Amino acid sequence: MTSATTPTVQVRVTAVLQKVTGGQKAVEAAGQTVGDVLADIDSRFPGFRQQLYAEDGKLHRFVNIYLNDEDIRYTGGPETAVKSGDVLDILPALAGGQ
Amino acid sequence: MGSTARSGVGRLSNARSKEGPERPAPQEEDQVSINVYIPTPFRHLVGNRASVTAAGGTVREVLADLDRQFPGFNAQLVDPEGELAPHINVYVNQVEIHNLEGESTALKTGDEIAVIPALAGGAEDPATVAMTPEMVQRYSRHLIMPQVGSAGQRKIIASSALVIGAGGLGSPVATYLALAAIGKIGIVDFDVVDLTNLQRQTLHQTDDVGKSKAQSAKETLLAYNPNVNVVTHEAPITSDNAMEIISQYDYVVNGADNFATRYLVNDACYLLKKPLIDGSILMFDGQATTYIPGQGCYRCLYPAPPPPGMVPSCAEAGVLGAMTATIGSIQATEILKLILGVGEPLINRLLLYDALSLEFRIVKIRRDPNCPLCGDNPTIHELIDYEQFCGAPIPTAEAPFGG
Repeated sequence: MTSATTPTVQVRVTAVLQKVTGGQKAVEAAGQTVGDVLADIDSRFPGFRQQLYAEDGKLHRFVNIYLNDEDIRYTGGPETAVKSGDVLDILPALAGGQ
Repeated sequence: MGSTARSGVGRLSNARSKEGPERPAPQEEDQVSINVYIPTPFRHLVGNRASVTAAGGTVREVLADLDRQFPGFNAQLVDPEGELAPHINVYVNQVEIHNLEGESTALKTGDEIAVIPALAGGAEDPATVAMTPEMVQRYSRHLIMPQVGSAGQRKIIASSALVIGAGGLGSPVATYLALAAIGKIGIVDFDVVDLTNLQRQTLHQTDDVGKSKAQSAKETLLAYNPNVNVVTHEAPITSDNAMEIISQYDYVVNGADNFATRYLVNDACYLLKKPLIDGSILMFDGQATTYIPGQGCYRCLYPAPPPPGMVPSCAEAGVLGAMTATIGSIQATEILKLILGVGEPLINRLLLYDALSLEFRIVKIRRDPNCPLCGDNPTIHELIDYEQFCGAPIPTAEAPFGG
């Protein structure tokens, strides 16, 4: 994907987002930060970013992103640095109960 | 509904007067003879016997006969107004009389009555809860576990829970709460059973299509366990009624199918200091967590709802029917753990279930100091307009959320 120094992480998405990842539930992506990783996915799966970011350029508040099970809102948001082997989970709120 | 069914003990004296000298005493062979189970707290009133025999064609008459045989018995059952006290439940053949015809319930020879104090939800002290021999047998797989035991089972019986939605999640949750004998189970649902519900909603069966979901749920739950008291709330839960409804229960389970109701229930539970056991499902994904007021809430996890249409509903995207039982069963388990005070509830943890890979994972969630509801400087002090907040209406009977 990129140079050997750029970390590669696994990004897992729920069923709702799999429609933009070609049905894949996990995608390998590269970047120095969470934001870089998401941009890398968007470069290969157009429309991905639009599912996560609002028009003001901020992450949607109903979408939570966890880096190794920790909510990135508490670790620096999209600027949070990643390292190879990290796992990102992208979880939108679900309302279904019926 | 309980108030009308409960009325009438005050008429005990009327029943007694019917036996007055102006009427001939009934012939011995006409007497309906009823076996009445007496729990420990009342046995001193009846010569320390576990059961006594009384006569009467209705529950009211039998209670009057008991008072005649054992003066002072009635005084233990009624409140200052002479009505059957709210903490007294009367069972006919293991069915609580609120689910029958109240004190007018007709009796036949061989029927069994049990007079049990503090059984329905809201009992102040589980130590006063009594169990009939039938209950001891029914709950024996609970009683045998040291983590539950008699004290734990009585705590369960003395508890109450409100289930929001008699649907996919509400079905397994309410079923297991009823089987476990949560004393009072409230069901909020204004909808009617639809054919599309039957792919997953085990509270309802084919013959129930067209019936009120709350009523259908009540019938199913009482068939499973007639010892519990099922209360139906057959109107959409809104900012106008949520506080009044939720305040009547110890625990709340969310099985709603829209974001407006989820934020409404979250806010009301926080304001009323009620634990909220949340669950949600879509397609092959499920989530569950437990919110304890002051330790984080739904707004801490999801500060704002998605724009309408951005996250589909079950009606729009589908849900694997069996998924509902997985998440709903976890929600029921959480309530029972909270009641029993055992284990580690899903507090500050969000359980994620991926049915396709069959993986369960847990991520951390925490109270957000900036949360407008439970943060350090809250701005929400009462219920708001949730339809405006979510940009979408709370479903109504005219526009239901379609199951």
